[in-house]
Amino acid sequence: MSSERGRDAGPERIGNATYGLSWEEPLLFERSRPGRVGYSIPEADVPLAEPESVFEAGFLRDDLPALPELSEVDVVRHFTRISTWNAAVDLALYPLGSCTMKYNPKINEWAARLPGFASIHPLQPAGTAQGVLELCWRLEQALAEISGMDRVSMQPAAGAQGELTGIMMVRAYHEHRGDARNIVLVPDSAHGTNPASAALNDYRVVTIPSGRDGILHPEAVAKVMTPDVAALMVTNPNTLGLFETHIAEICDIVHAHGGLVYGDGANLNALLGIARPGDLGIDVMHFNLHKTFSTPHGGGGPGSGPVGVKNILAPYLPVPMVRKRAGSEGEGFALDYEFPHSIGRVHANFGNVGMLVRAWAYLRSLGPEGLRLCAEMAVLNANYLLARLRGAWHVPIDRPVMHECVLSDKQLEPFGITTLDVAKRLIDYGYHPPTVYFPLIVHGSIMIEPTESESLEGLDRFADAMLAIAEEARSDPEHVRTAPHRTRLARLDETRAARHPVLRWQPES
Amino acid sequence: MSLPSPRYIPHTEDDVRLMLAAIGVTDLDALFASVPEKLRLARALAIPQVASEQEVAAELAALAARNVNAGSHDWFLGAGIYSHYAPTAIDALISRAEFTTAYTPYQPEISQGTLQTIFEWQTMICGLTGLEVSNASLYDGASATAEAVLMAMRLARRHKVVVAHGLHPHYGEVLASYVRALDAEIVAAPRAADGRTAPVDALVDDETACVVVQQPSFLGPVQDLAAIGAAAHARGALFVVVVNEALSLGLLRAPGDLGADIVCGEAQSFGVPMSFGGPALGFLATRDRHVRQMPGRLCGETVDSRGKRGFVLTLSTREQHIRREKATSNICTNQGLCLLIATVYLSLLGRVGLAKLARLNFAKAEYMKQQVRQTSGLGLPLPAPTFNEFVVSVPDAPAALARALDAGIVGGLDLAPYAPELGSSLLVCATELSTRDAIDRLIAALAGRTS
Repeated sequence: MSSERGRDAGPERIGNATYGLSWEEPLLFERSRPGRVGYSIPEADVPLAEPESVFEAGFLRDDLPALPELSEVDVVRHFTRISTWNAAVDLALYPLGSCTMKYNPKINEWAARLPGFASIHPLQPAGTAQGVLELCWRLEQALAEISGMDRVSMQPAAGAQGELTGIMMVRAYHEHRGDARNIVLVPDSAHGTNPASAALNDYRVVTIPSGRDGILHPEAVAKVMTPDVAALMVTNPNTLGLFETHIAEICDIVHAHGGLVYGDGANLNALLGIARPGDLGIDVMHFNLHKTFSTPHGGGGPGSGPVGVKNILAPYLPVPMVRKRAGSEGEGFALDYEFPHSIGRVHANFGNVGMLVRAWAYLRSLGPEGLRLCAEMAVLNANYLLARLRGAWHVPIDRPVMHECVLSDKQLEPFGITTLDVAKRLIDYGYHPPTVYFPLIVHGSIMIEPTESESLEGLDRFADAMLAIAEEARSDPEHVRTAPHRTRLARLDETRAARHPVLRWQPES
Repeated sequence: MSLPSPRYIPHTEDDVRLMLAAIGVTDLDALFASVPEKLRLARALAIPQVASEQEVAAELAALAARNVNAGSHDWFLGAGIYSHYAPTAIDALISRAEFTTAYTPYQPEISQGTLQTIFEWQTMICGLTGLEVSNASLYDGASATAEAVLMAMRLARRHKVVVAHGLHPHYGEVLASYVRALDAEIVAAPRAADGRTAPVDALVDDETACVVVQQPSFLGPVQDLAAIGAAAHARGALFVVVVNEALSLGLLRAPGDLGADIVCGEAQSFGVPMSFGGPALGFLATRDRHVRQMPGRLCGETVDSRGKRGFVLTLSTREQHIRREKATSNICTNQGLCLLIATVYLSLLGRVGLAKLARLNFAKAEYMKQQVRQTSGLGLPLPAPTFNEFVVSVPDAPAALARALDAGIVGGLDLAPYAPELGSSLLVCATELSTRDAIDRLIAALAGRTS
């Protein structure tokens, strides 16, 4: 073991981590050997028509596609090996703030793989897809009840597409009333997707400053609220983990000027069974099924971002929706295109239905009491971590939090240690780092969301790691600044990647 | 204190008491003091009561059993989502929790598995499309098409979009939703008699940002990309090619070799389950010089502080988390795990396998066409060459599909809502899963013969 790793060289446990063997693995293209194949194509039971006799010259490939050649064994080893280079929820706490990295139940995965869900086609007749339509309808009912919305569209494929869809409906609503508006208000603590979604709808974004206490104040909203404002986009609890205590009054101000309020549902986990966005005055919101409702994050998706609306926005929903038949129509479920002012489609089909199956399995497994317990334990966990870390860590806005807490690197500045160093050092302790440098309004922010999935002893171990790092920053800052020391790769040069982009593999010439 | 104990939450009552004491509050309610009393829900949520795992499994199995599926029926319905065989190794690999339960690789030192996969995917898509840079996936073929058009409008600084005949009608609807708020004009080219798009030359002018063409067309014909691309480039417009049967890339000339500036679409065919149309796998590739206007995540190669090769997300100054309202797109979470599926699929097939499989799909469809030609009452109204999907004219399409369903076959798509000018007709698709016997039975059912 190289001496440069110093005291991290030994096999002893630190935090969550110890040493193990780690495998090297090249790129698929470097493993490739001409003549290997990992797929067995059946013998043709029809004549092998020659495309060359059907197509004009120039339409067909005159070479083989540029893909690697590997056996099944090669492929299985390749992906198994590189998988071991990832952190994951199933390995350890993954406290990525605002991402709600809760446990992803296994029955959800089993259910989504049933042929009756996995091998069905969006254009097969509705009469042959009654099971999945019923599931979509039941999930809509449940999400509406949980959020206090009236209708929910399942089409958006992720939270950001839910925002885009929601703001499209806001625009359609105002235009239908002949009330052209051109501004969307966004707090300075908002996710970047909020202003980006507004801009895609050709709205000008006006940023509202949060108060010194980290939340929005009615006066700040009133000051910028004009008849040109189409909507306020608000995340509640916000990205500092704080409940927007004045939300009802703020919604009243926006409504009084003819505007609408969009709710970013990224942090809904804290409110399950506690309070409903619809009851707070929110008119339209998205859900992140991959956060709140336990569908896996998949290394960056697929997510699912259903969008819920109050009745005033229902005429603008994307089509189709699922409708339960009634009266003389008989039983069962049908696709409903009767939304006269619909914004149209946002997805080629019905959205990420495989994620809806998983979310429904989750809701059934928890029930109303279990769902509320998620919120309570998530909030308990975040406040417990805050209690353990306060003092050793700077807490920029020190108030009781909801599902996540935000620290900063301020106390480490004298030792030349930044949030990035802390994040990298946490990796040595066996944790995926929290969200860092977000929200933007806190300098050097470290945003920790433990979720309800973490046990007391697991939280203690993580808190111990954070405390140890705060101590190391003082006693051996160089060791923190050069972390991680225990990973297969040391700190990666992101500047070089951006300055000299290499975005695909090419054979050495 | 009496708490429910769902199996996903580890807290014991003793734990909760200890933690409350450490926080310095007396009960769980006190944790929610910042939520004004009048805003709290004063009742339990009216959603179904908790069920045990075996009850949930039984309920979901019962719901699934009510869906006709490609395991229970022979399948000839495509139209943008295709039934292909997925090797079993794929599910074994993507089920590894290190892939499934990770998130966007923001911290590269602990996310190299995901990052290397993205880099490999980007390389494969470049090879298949004949382009130089690919992103790390978009939601589906429809939003990829919309993003490609927005990108072309930014690059060209023009507002007109010419859409060749044969774009999937749902993609057209999504495109319309995405550009509604913008100053965009969409012009549709008509269909020529052979099924391809009519020449677009007269529709393209100096205001045209891009010409969009789907290959193969929604109705099956393989379009003359070189001619359409030349028409676009003659007026300084970008040439956008949409592919939604990605397997066709194994047979047809790479669009990038025929002048495409952006190739985008749907890669569900590469091993991703149909899943009622989602999650699917949008992709988008372009030329190096356009990279700064691309939407979505990009993975790039770099080195670590010891000089060892590794991968990171890069060029993120295009993205919403940095640029906010000035970003090239609002996309954040994309279709990561589906990208992994497709990368595993393409590694298993390899260059020879993909070409062979594409030719087998072509041969199955040609056999089916041959049977149609020999069957009275059935016809092939569009003579242009096709890949694995084509239009069949048939008397009383709904009745024909009903007869097929009775015979255990999902027979295709009734084109009445999509192409009424073709009269009673179906869009049918053959893949490697379509056996000769099933094709013969479909033809018999469509013709009203008992086989």
